[in-house]
Amino acid sequence: MPRTPAAVVSAVLVTLMVVLAIIGPPIWGETAEKIDAGAILQGASAAHPLGTDNLGRDLLARVLVAGRYSLALALAATLIGAVIGIVLGALPSVLPRRGARLVTGTVNALVAFPGLLLAMFTAVVSGMGARGAVLGIGVAIAPSFARLTQTLAASVAGADYVLAARMLGVPRRRVLGRHVLPNIAEPLILNLAQALGGALLGLAGMSFLGLGVQPPDFDWGRLLFDGFARIYVTPEVAIGPAVAVALAGIGFNLLGDTLAKRAARTAVPARKEELAAPEPSGAPDPRAVLEVRDLTVTFPGGVTPVRHLSLTVRPGEIVGIVGESGSGKSLTAAAIGGLVPYPGTVTHAALRLDGREVAELSQKELGTSLAMVFQDPMASLNPALRVGGQLAEVAIVHQGATRAEAARRAVDRLGHVHLPEPAKQAKRHPHELSGGMRQRAVIAMGLMGTPKLIIADEPTTALDVTVQRQILKLLREVVDESGAAALFISHDIAVVGELCDRVVVMYAGRVVEELPVSALAKGAAHPYTKALVDSLPDMETDRSLPLASIPGTQPAPALVGAGCAFAGRCALATDRCSTSLPPVTEYGIAHTVACWEVS
Amino acid sequence: MKFTDVTVRFGSFTAVDSVSLEVPRGGIVGLVGESGSGKSSLAKAVSGLVRYSGQITGASRVQMVFQDPYASLDPRMKVGESVAEGLLELPRAARPDEVTRLLGLVSLPADLASRYPRELSGGMRQRVAIARALGARPDLLVADEITSALDVSVQGSVLNLIRSLRDTLGLSILFISHNLAVVRYVCDTVAVMHRGRIVEHGPTEDVVGRPAHDYTRTLLEAVPRLQR
Repeated sequence: MPRTPAAVVSAVLVTLMVVLAIIGPPIWGETAEKIDAGAILQGASAAHPLGTDNLGRDLLARVLVAGRYSLALALAATLIGAVIGIVLGALPSVLPRRGARLVTGTVNALVAFPGLLLAMFTAVVSGMGARGAVLGIGVAIAPSFARLTQTLAASVAGADYVLAARMLGVPRRRVLGRHVLPNIAEPLILNLAQALGGALLGLAGMSFLGLGVQPPDFDWGRLLFDGFARIYVTPEVAIGPAVAVALAGIGFNLLGDTLAKRAARTAVPARKEELAAPEPSGAPDPRAVLEVRDLTVTFPGGVTPVRHLSLTVRPGEIVGIVGESGSGKSLTAAAIGGLVPYPGTVTHAALRLDGREVAELSQKELGTSLAMVFQDPMASLNPALRVGGQLAEVAIVHQGATRAEAARRAVDRLGHVHLPEPAKQAKRHPHELSGGMRQRAVIAMGLMGTPKLIIADEPTTALDVTVQRQILKLLREVVDESGAAALFISHDIAVVGELCDRVVVMYAGRVVEELPVSALAKGAAHPYTKALVDSLPDMETDRSLPLASIPGTQPAPALVGAGCAFAGRCALATDRCSTSLPPVTEYGIAHTVACWEVS
Repeated sequence: MKFTDVTVRFGSFTAVDSVSLEVPRGGIVGLVGESGSGKSSLAKAVSGLVRYSGQITGASRVQMVFQDPYASLDPRMKVGESVAEGLLELPRAARPDEVTRLLGLVSLPADLASRYPRELSGGMRQRVAIARALGARPDLLVADEITSALDVSVQGSVLNLIRSLRDTLGLSILFISHNLAVVRYVCDTVAVMHRGRIVEHGPTEDVVGRPAHDYTRTLLEAVPRLQR
């Protein structure tokens, strides 16, 4: 459990309450019931720290003893509420359409009804006393449980595995029991802890109003009710039960919060590995737009998705990084743009943009000399703002242009990426544009500055082939015109083969081969690159032969061993491959490869 | 298996506009088109997941394999339990053997039945989804973009599996994809969908080699190619 103050406080308070509920009655039970006619309605004293009640019973002992009863009632109320709520919430997934609507409507109406009123109404109808109060609070809790269950169940009901089960003819109740409920159990249980806190407060409230526990039984609410009349004379008699109720309520609410936060957060292993920063490498390469030397991205727990990557991109060149999901290609792009998510750490010997260390560039310089294009253009555009305004902002913030100047430039750039009627498009919101148009707008945003480097991370993966073709053409055009360089990241080796000048092949965080695109189809040296090319069906593939594929899977970043990561799937692998890492060697002109079996 | 004038409407939007198509027994029919062309809506209509008008005849037992292998298996159920979901008609005692047989059909080891989906790679999950569908002994299998979430290096083995299932079981398959190269490799005939209508339908070699419709030509020209 994360050691936040709230987590510690909730753990301490809840443990305290549970311990109190267990040991309270046996230890102080007798004292709490002992009537002492000589000490009626006393204030605080050494013998009675919280005073006594109208029969001379010690109030501290009564508060300590009442814990068990208060918690038991709260637990009962919560369970009643949860059961009614979960049943009501789950019904719509089992009932036919009309019945489902009726239940949903009822729940909606109940949610809108004030909870306390519902509780009091039920309590009065079902008879005053503990049973009525528990029932009342239970009924008051039920609607919110029903709503939560319904919402969660609806989200699971749309999942592919539920559709698959329906097609297989699995009956609805079985789908509910086997697929829906197990997958929504976690948030429901988390909610239970919070509801328990609420029920405790609610029950105390009911008892305080005289609707709950009746003498001679007593819970904290009843004690508060008894003490309230004397609050101006001896206020300390009301303090005990009030503090107990408050602490218990806070404890259970915080527990629910902590559990929910813990469930939402993916566990981060605490083990930290100190990574030695690589030696800074020598003088910058004067002909490189982007120079990356020995780039490593590490996450806590020894997970290293990018390992000792080096890369050079020259002006006017489009370099493709190709690899399977999990090869580290997107994190490489993120590391260059300074966008590696927390808690990742990036180390490098050199990361230079146009001859200067990226770390030394100001935000403004980086913002205008580096353009980034992502797979989902909506991630780069603010849905609430007009397209033109968002583009203009770049010029206003980074280049100090006036509003009118910036707007003109935005329209000009939108026209430059071949958006039809750019002035009209600039006034639109992102959702009014098609996927391809949005991607053009993002590219135009990158062109508001004078980018030295365009990083495009799977920019066409979400697009149709015909639109993909247009965006690829546009990227080539932009590079040719502006003299900028581009780094194009893709899982699709055919797309890379069509657009790029040079290809960098990544596998399990390392570069395994770097080659000119002309050599990709026939001249690849690394067994992985060859297998990747062979397994790609194209319009000329022989349909009578089985399609090539690579057996096995790429090792996860935490499981990459000392040797070549591909050894386990490689037909050529020898003992040496799995024990020692093959160095990057020259293979031909502008062609390097990291493989022991290639000579 | 025959569709006649199948139309799917969502409110005022017509996703599938009176489509007629035939899937012969033991044949693989490819359905290509871009996003929004209506191919997935047609698949859902065939599988009985959306309402449609028109007639679908000749396939009473339709099963579907979904695009995302990470979403199509219940994360809280073991592989064996997922596969056994389609076997409710069998006596309980006969189910484990049938699960083993089904896993064998998709070239997965029997001991996988006791594992959870999270321990499996995308390609293996997709095989499990296919095994689950086969358990219901479908007379039509609808494969909706089943390789587009997979890496190229494992795509081949799933495509080979689809072809071998057709050959060994005589399974009829409606194979939906946006990737023309994949469709060309797998299918006997291809139907090209555009804006809810089928604009061209014929044997794969003809559609790919001598496209008759302008839209088919546009699609073919846009396929990225590696210079070989």
